[in-house]
Amino acid sequence: MEYRRSLLEVRDLHVEVEGKEVIRGLDLVLHRGEKLALMGPNGSGKSSLSMALMGHPGYKIKRGAIVLDGNDITGLSPDRRAKVGLFLAMQNPVVVQGLSVTNFLRAILKAKRGEEVPIREFREMLVKAMGLLEMERSFAARYVNDGFSGGEKKKLELLQMTLLNPKVAVVDEIDSGLDVDALKIVAEGINRVASEESAFLLITHYRRILDYIRPDGVAVLMEGRIVASGGPELINQIDRQGYDWLAVKTA
Amino acid sequence: MRQPVHDILVGEDYASKWGFSSPEEYYFRAPKKGLSHELVEMMSKMKKEPEWMREFRHKALDTFWAKPMPTWGNQEALGKIDFDDIYYYIKPVEQMGQTWDDVPEDIKRTFDRLGIPEAERKFLSGVSAQYESETVYHSIRDEISKLGVIFLGMDSGLMEHEDIVKRFFGTLIPPTDNKFAALNSAVWSGGSFIYVPPGVRVDIPLQAYFRINAKNMGQFERTLIIADKGARVHYIEGCTAPVYSSSSLHSAVVELIALEDAYIRYTTIQNWSNNIYNLVTKRAIAYKNATVEWVDGNIGSMLTMKYPCVVLAGENARGEILSVAFGGTSQHQDAGAKVFHMAPRTSSTITSKSISKGGGRTTYRGWVKTAPNAEDVRVSVKCDALILDPASRSDTYPTMEIGNPKVRVEHEASVSKLSDDQLFYLMSRGLSENESRVLIVNGFIEQFVKELPMEYAVELNRLIEMEMEGSVG
Repeated sequence: MEYRRSLLEVRDLHVEVEGKEVIRGLDLVLHRGEKLALMGPNGSGKSSLSMALMGHPGYKIKRGAIVLDGNDITGLSPDRRAKVGLFLAMQNPVVVQGLSVTNFLRAILKAKRGEEVPIREFREMLVKAMGLLEMERSFAARYVNDGFSGGEKKKLELLQMTLLNPKVAVVDEIDSGLDVDALKIVAEGINRVASEESAFLLITHYRRILDYIRPDGVAVLMEGRIVASGGPELINQIDRQGYDWLAVKTA
Repeated sequence: MRQPVHDILVGEDYASKWGFSSPEEYYFRAPKKGLSHELVEMMSKMKKEPEWMREFRHKALDTFWAKPMPTWGNQEALGKIDFDDIYYYIKPVEQMGQTWDDVPEDIKRTFDRLGIPEAERKFLSGVSAQYESETVYHSIRDEISKLGVIFLGMDSGLMEHEDIVKRFFGTLIPPTDNKFAALNSAVWSGGSFIYVPPGVRVDIPLQAYFRINAKNMGQFERTLIIADKGARVHYIEGCTAPVYSSSSLHSAVVELIALEDAYIRYTTIQNWSNNIYNLVTKRAIAYKNATVEWVDGNIGSMLTMKYPCVVLAGENARGEILSVAFGGTSQHQDAGAKVFHMAPRTSSTITSKSISKGGGRTTYRGWVKTAPNAEDVRVSVKCDALILDPASRSDTYPTMEIGNPKVRVEHEASVSKLSDDQLFYLMSRGLSENESRVLIVNGFIEQFVKELPMEYAVELNRLIEMEMEGSVG
């Protein structure tokens, strides 16, 4: 059996939002090179988990630990988590009025490297990455998420992910609100960033995107806990039967 | 790529970058603090002014004494002004310099540190540098003056072009307008005088820089800009002062006259130290088809009260006031805009952005009025306030008086707090909390910054960055 080091380990995680426990003892391991689909019905805690992993101040970790590539990041601020190599592609990224995509991307690359990226190198990186995602050049001059369509928001998330090249990426419902063409482009983008050196947690409600990104495994989240995990065949079963049978099983 | 005019050390604070001071060695200083008719008489004599100006000053001083202090605004701060504890006139040098070599070493070094000579070489049509009460250096590019453009210190303007000055001086802002306009009218000194002949376009900006060096100083410059028919001009002013524990007073009067089809843009980057009262009256008149734009950035000072005004006097005249105010710890930026639509088919746009932080205050005060005969007028007012912490405060006082039903008015106002979600989003990309705040704040004022010449845009972004340093509690 091959030995694969874990890149992300979540142990007995308990998370509260406004005093309500939304993650209730969750364990999860992501190995190097692995793509894991995290599925679950609405309100099961999928987005709460992603927010807690990234360190949103509104999601209070009451118990448990998050370890990324051997570093305990449970108590770190979001920027420190990002510096260790975590990335979250958000479901509803916010508008930052007046901040151009170009200036934003330059700033985050500078933060990652600890020094300014030479302008020519930056332009080349940007043009290439935007080309692969089939984004218009004018996109770079627009303000972050300001007036963006659903698809444009997702592409900007992916563009950032591409440039930052994280060790562990959590991708939260990136398929929501995308038409088939956009979905394909986004999925291909994820496949390009994913490598043997990184790990992906793909949070999704539907199987649609999993037809394009073949996960190595599936975990099912319900009421703040992992209630089932298995190979890709579990996807088909959920697609056919929904989630109710799993709820019965845990009851 | 945007490059700053001069190197800016990020993290260096105001005190070391702008707040340094030079020895107070002057050619002449008013023998004592305080106001008197003797002082006014002496100033007018030293300046060899015509009789009408001497009388204008004396009358204005009486008006100043007769007028009460404003009964609105920050009463606590206004109440602390001690008019008897101010030097009203300091003449630093005997004669104004035509080249920087003519300027005394101390003063020249000051302006060097502020990057003025370098900016002049790189991107300006002309420069005026005022130190205390007088213009110490003045220049205009040959090709601009050959077009008939007059750009002088106000005192020289009065000497050399008395006819034009007499026709316009004090017409928009008479001494009776308000107490501080009266004070300025009595003891004014320095400032700029600009006249652009018909059809002449000065596309490269003219700049004036105002520096207060002495403690307990009052600076009362007076600026008059006239753009004749179809002329264009862009004027920029900047200002700084040393950091002292005692306060100084800056009280300017600025009058802009845009004749038919003319265009004037007046840009201010106000960065006084936090011991300066900045109480300024600015007013413009735009005749038929003319445009006046005030681009007004207020970063420094202890208390600023300033409401740039445009009187739209002719058909199709257009006025725009775009402002940014940054109210930090122990600062109150009470700023705004006034527009009077006196003719049909005139339009105005007011955009105000304010940021308050560290217990600082910002106030927007606006007044838009349309005359009964002013039909088909368009008015747009937009005020956005960003409050960075619970200790800070922002207030909005918009007033509209619409005298004609055929007026289209748009008014939007928003007050927002720095949102956790925005901070989280940027931080999740590896930006520190402070870097994230700086990006959000710079984004908030981007609409203003993009109107500035490149070099000033860079400077303003850096300024904000400095103001934001250590804002994480």
